[in-house]
Amino acid sequence: MLQVSQLTIRFDGTAALDGANLTVEDRSIHVLMGPSGSGKSTMLRAVAGLEDPDAGEIAWNGRSVLGVPVHKRGFGLMFQDYALFPHRSVAGNVAFGLKMQRLEPSAIPNRVDEILELVGLPGYGDRSVGTLSGGERQRVALARTLAPDPRLVLLDEPLGALDRSLREHLLIEMRSIFNQVDATVLYVTHDREEAFTIANRVAIISDGRIVADDTPEGLWRRPPDGWTARFIGLENLCSASKLVELGVPHPGGTTNTGVVPPEAINLSPTGPHAATVTGSHFRGGAYRIELDLGEGSNLVTWSPVGFEPGAIARFEIDASRITWFED
Amino acid sequence: MRTKPWVLLLAVVPTLFLAYFFVYPLVTILYTGLVPEGRIATSAFVEIVTDPTMRSVAWFTLWQAFLSTVFTVALGLPAAYVFARYRFPGRSLFRSLTLIPFVLPTLVVGVAFLAVLGPGSPFGVDLRGTIWAILIAHVFYNLAIVIRGVGVLWEQIDPHIEDAARSLGAGRWRVFREITLPLLRPAILSSASLVFLFSFTSFGVILVLGDLSHSTLEVEIWRQATAFLRLDLASALAVLQLVGVTVILLVYGQATKRDSGEIPLRPSFEVARRPRSAGERAFIAATLGMLGLTVITPIAVLIGRSLSTPTGPALTHYANLFDPPRSSAIFVSPVDAIGNSLRFAIPSVMIAAGIGLMAAVVIVSAKGRSGRIFDTVLMLPLGTSAVTIGFGFLVALDQPVDLRASAMLIPIAHALVAIPFVIRSTVPVMESVQRRLREAAAVLGASPRQAWREVDFPLVSRALAVGALFAFAISVGEFGATSFIARPATSTIPVSIFRLLGRPGTFGEAMAMAVILMVITGIAAMGIESMRGSRSGGV
Repeated sequence: MLQVSQLTIRFDGTAALDGANLTVEDRSIHVLMGPSGSGKSTMLRAVAGLEDPDAGEIAWNGRSVLGVPVHKRGFGLMFQDYALFPHRSVAGNVAFGLKMQRLEPSAIPNRVDEILELVGLPGYGDRSVGTLSGGERQRVALARTLAPDPRLVLLDEPLGALDRSLREHLLIEMRSIFNQVDATVLYVTHDREEAFTIANRVAIISDGRIVADDTPEGLWRRPPDGWTARFIGLENLCSASKLVELGVPHPGGTTNTGVVPPEAINLSPTGPHAATVTGSHFRGGAYRIELDLGEGSNLVTWSPVGFEPGAIARFEIDASRITWFED
Repeated sequence: MRTKPWVLLLAVVPTLFLAYFFVYPLVTILYTGLVPEGRIATSAFVEIVTDPTMRSVAWFTLWQAFLSTVFTVALGLPAAYVFARYRFPGRSLFRSLTLIPFVLPTLVVGVAFLAVLGPGSPFGVDLRGTIWAILIAHVFYNLAIVIRGVGVLWEQIDPHIEDAARSLGAGRWRVFREITLPLLRPAILSSASLVFLFSFTSFGVILVLGDLSHSTLEVEIWRQATAFLRLDLASALAVLQLVGVTVILLVYGQATKRDSGEIPLRPSFEVARRPRSAGERAFIAATLGMLGLTVITPIAVLIGRSLSTPTGPALTHYANLFDPPRSSAIFVSPVDAIGNSLRFAIPSVMIAAGIGLMAAVVIVSAKGRSGRIFDTVLMLPLGTSAVTIGFGFLVALDQPVDLRASAMLIPIAHALVAIPFVIRSTVPVMESVQRRLREAAAVLGASPRQAWREVDFPLVSRALAVGALFAFAISVGEFGATSFIARPATSTIPVSIFRLLGRPGTFGEAMAMAVILMVITGIAAMGIESMRGSRSGGV
């Protein structure tokens, strides 16, 4: 289990990390997501030992690793640009960490073959890394990281350099590989879909602080604040006054914004409320309907049938599915 | 971040070497030129300005350098385009072919064109002592600079930019003038200033193909110092030349600084394509034909004439090198000169590689300004002409210890010329062994020392070997500096070629010797090419 507490790193006086806290449980795929410049890569590099913290603590199973140099931490890090060794073959790259571990030389080729098989590159051992495609390089980098069986796998935007279709494909594969080897993973990305597809837990980082840390579903259902809600792509945010107007009871306290899941809005000709349809787009299987409720409140829902823009749609709202937070 | 103490320590050796063998001689030249008899005197400069011969030498130096540059760029651009944009059979072979002239010692280039265009030319002309012979030789020698320098950038320009311009209604010529040419400008400027520099300080070629009215400052420095023993005049000329070189280097520096502009970069394999239309094929064929003719003709004629005797092709000239009919008592025989050259090459390579490697480590490790300054200072010998270096040794190194008689001076001079090449081949590789690769090794469990051994060293050693081969080729072919410091007993191959040229009846032997030198440097160049070629890039 990795525990990062109150981690602070400054570059030239500006804090890249500002008291960040994070716990990664064993055998969990923990995604660290944030906009660019939020400090997510710095956090990863600090855990790997490539950056020295100005304050705070990084511990593995309760023992501090701050005094442990990079090469003795036993954490694997995969770089966004892969950083493959250009002078070594695929097998030479994958074997590097095993050699550093002083694994029995006769055992290395078997382990290399095994791991190349795992990442879907059987028989690629003798290839030069210069001849590989982007996707193949990504797999070699992954194999190289996993080969020494690191106790924690750190991934820095591992799919960032690839095009979209390849990314989706490799993402599913990576998830199954991590599950096969029971890896503990800290995965940095800025991509919401990537995060939600692979993660057991998602931590959101902003301006050097962790502002949310939950399961993907929990984050989606109960965002801690408006910034996080918008960052993870929740679009149906509605003011408390409008919701009360629609008959949704306010839970009290200082909460002033509600998250309305699209499925909490049921379009029906007999619904008690009315809204103007501002958009109706077919999105494979259903129509995405954009509703204008007046006073700047816009909500989105799904419908099996389309509407004419400008038409009045009637709907009912399921108050029990609405969650509240303070924006 | 502060520069680490061990970096400063490592900087000591290259700094001392450069200070004593480069800066000190240069300062002595300045002193000899400006303060000839303990007082500041301008008489030598006045003589240069007033003497019509001197004035015409200065004028010719500029003029021929300008024309050489224009012709080289004009011929190099189409070739750079063909290599950057098209794939065709024999592409890499042709590309290597274009490099040959540049690795040939300039004296060999001079002798080769003497064989082609001089007395007894197979084409029935004698252009010796005309500007044409000089221009043709300079174009031949410098073509590779333009083809490589511009080609590398051309490969990286996204053809879609040109496509976009065409789709907006620009014709081919307009696209070239308004899009491609401005994008290529930094590379054209930087390679043109290099061509200008090399033509401006041309020595071997001019010495062989020029005459008294077709001479450069470089040759004049040598002539004044060695033939007339006018050290003050030679110094003044050297100062004048240094000023010119500095201006050229400043232009070059400006050009390369702008090189890192925001040009959309693309890997070359996507850009080069097979020719589609007959016009494209014809253009490629014409360009390659021109290149082949330019490169192969002088080499072929040189070899042919080295084998030609009144009784048909024979190895007579080569045999005479072993047993010279008119051997001189004080000068070593040509064969011994070959031995000398190879013997000098070993310490040259060792000094250049050792000091170059130290300097490269300092340049890469030193942070910020100090590293850049160190880099610039170490490049200076590249810009300074070889004759100036040799002349500096001659005027300066009698104090505090008279080193002028020491045979070690020759390899030291060669190393001085070669060090910039060692640095240029190792620094980029050291820098490209990105911190990331080292970090990747560390994350995989390699200690800093293991990381150096497993990652840095294998990558850098190949580059160092390339630098060492450069140093070797430079050492065996160096003529400008050697001509000042070689003694009869320590004559090298180029010195021996020049002597054979100067004596009646040994023209064939000079050509045979030039062929031998060409083969030796050619082998070194092939080593360089193969080592560079097998480097797997783009990772």
